[in-house]
Amino acid sequence: MTQTRNLIDENGKRTDGRGVDGLRPVKITVGSVKNADGSAFIEFGKNKILVAVYGPREVHPKHMALPDRCVLRCRYHMSPFSTDTRKNPAPSRREVEISKVMREALEPALMLQDYPRAAIDVFVEVLQSDGGSRCAGITAASVALADAGISMHDLVASCAAGKVDDKIVLDINDQEDKEGQADMPVAYMPRLEQVTLLQLDGRLEPEQFNECLEKAIDGSKMVYEIQKQALMQKYFGNETELKEEVP
Amino acid sequence: MHEVKRRYVIPGDKIVEGNFRPLMNVIRSGNALVATRIGIAETGRDGVKVIPLSGVYIPRVNDLVIGKIIDHSSLSWEVDINSCFSAHLPAQDVFGRDFSSARDDMTKHFAIGDMITARIIAFDRTRDPMLTVQDRDLGKIPRGELLRISATRVPRLIGKRGSMIQTIEQATQTRVLIGQNGIVVVTGRLPEGVNLAVRAIRMVEEEAHTANLTQRIKGLLNVPDTTTPPPQDRGSLVAEASKPGEIESTIDEVEEELEVEGEK
Repeated sequence: MTQTRNLIDENGKRTDGRGVDGLRPVKITVGSVKNADGSAFIEFGKNKILVAVYGPREVHPKHMALPDRCVLRCRYHMSPFSTDTRKNPAPSRREVEISKVMREALEPALMLQDYPRAAIDVFVEVLQSDGGSRCAGITAASVALADAGISMHDLVASCAAGKVDDKIVLDINDQEDKEGQADMPVAYMPRLEQVTLLQLDGRLEPEQFNECLEKAIDGSKMVYEIQKQALMQKYFGNETELKEEVP
Repeated sequence: MHEVKRRYVIPGDKIVEGNFRPLMNVIRSGNALVATRIGIAETGRDGVKVIPLSGVYIPRVNDLVIGKIIDHSSLSWEVDINSCFSAHLPAQDVFGRDFSSARDDMTKHFAIGDMITARIIAFDRTRDPMLTVQDRDLGKIPRGELLRISATRVPRLIGKRGSMIQTIEQATQTRVLIGQNGIVVVTGRLPEGVNLAVRAIRMVEEEAHTANLTQRIKGLLNVPDTTTPPPQDRGSLVAEASKPGEIESTIDEVEEELEVEGEK
């Protein structure tokens, strides 16, 4: 984490032209995998991630099934062509860890007790990566889970914040992640006001920590609105309300 | 006349605040009622519910389902009912109380790969669904074209009191058997009729939540667009599957009204 050059210029602009509170452009498409029960494709800056959800379905191997609730299984995987130099397709230590934290970030939002003895599988495939892919993955996975018709308390929205040039900035990109001072991915359920993922790579003063967390939560709320819009658009087009008299 | 308020919701949306009863796909959070699935929220006199627009089939007692025999033990058949739970059909249900696994040959009745129509007689969170074929029109399906649609589209395919499926059947000279689990069997003498019915069913599945669907189906089937006479009781499986007062009828109402809006 050694900083070699300025990541924020004298006008307060970052390397990709954003301000300190700027979010990269986010676009979510719902239902892009035809054979999945639910799916979503997210473009989060240069990240391109495809998420497919299968289930609730029968658990195989059967001994994994839980008698009182559903098993949530998550697989985060980066395609060999998603990075600058080819990535070995075998799951790395990092991917195994991200799969685990993703599962733990999504679990609190799902009503797993509604589907006892079943399993829900979430496949997150990173087609192009640009820093913050776990946040983008969680965001898309939560939309895909809603698309699959799984009962949820709330959507999980996720966004990172971090420290670059001693300034707290929103939504760290790949370069800022590598050359910046700190990176804090946060997943958040806006309606319940609960944090489901909080990681930190780097060093922050206590005040900076609070500022960073607040900024990440604000970013997550912006992402939440985009998630809601994407789902509404898929299912209802541009209509929002209907009302009538019924005898 | 009482007013039923409807709106589109996604998980986490507050539907209404106050002392309402949460019915289906709704949870209470503080003073508010919150949707847990994507769908159409209905706030009525008896409570608040969300009619889901997506999701896999979750069995319910008394549902009529179409399934495939995938295995059998010495006491029961295992049936794939297009759900996360595989169903069981006890041999005693078919052979009677004096069934003996040594004497009776189970494959005589249902072999692996056979399709059956059955009713769910027991299901809860601790056990897999149990089926029965002891009722009129239940049992083996000898022939037909098999289709799989989303279980959330079944009420739309049936239509209000069977109107949609009746239109398709009459126009294509076919017979359409619909399981609540989203499996559909189309039978007919003419292959052209069966093909047309399959196309119509696929169209209903893809465009289930859009307005003016009945008109477009009639267009596809070349049926003159006149007001249909009130459907008579067909006394069939489909009619049973669309008992009024269930969620099916409500979703149809929503869509019928959507269609009326579209006509204006």
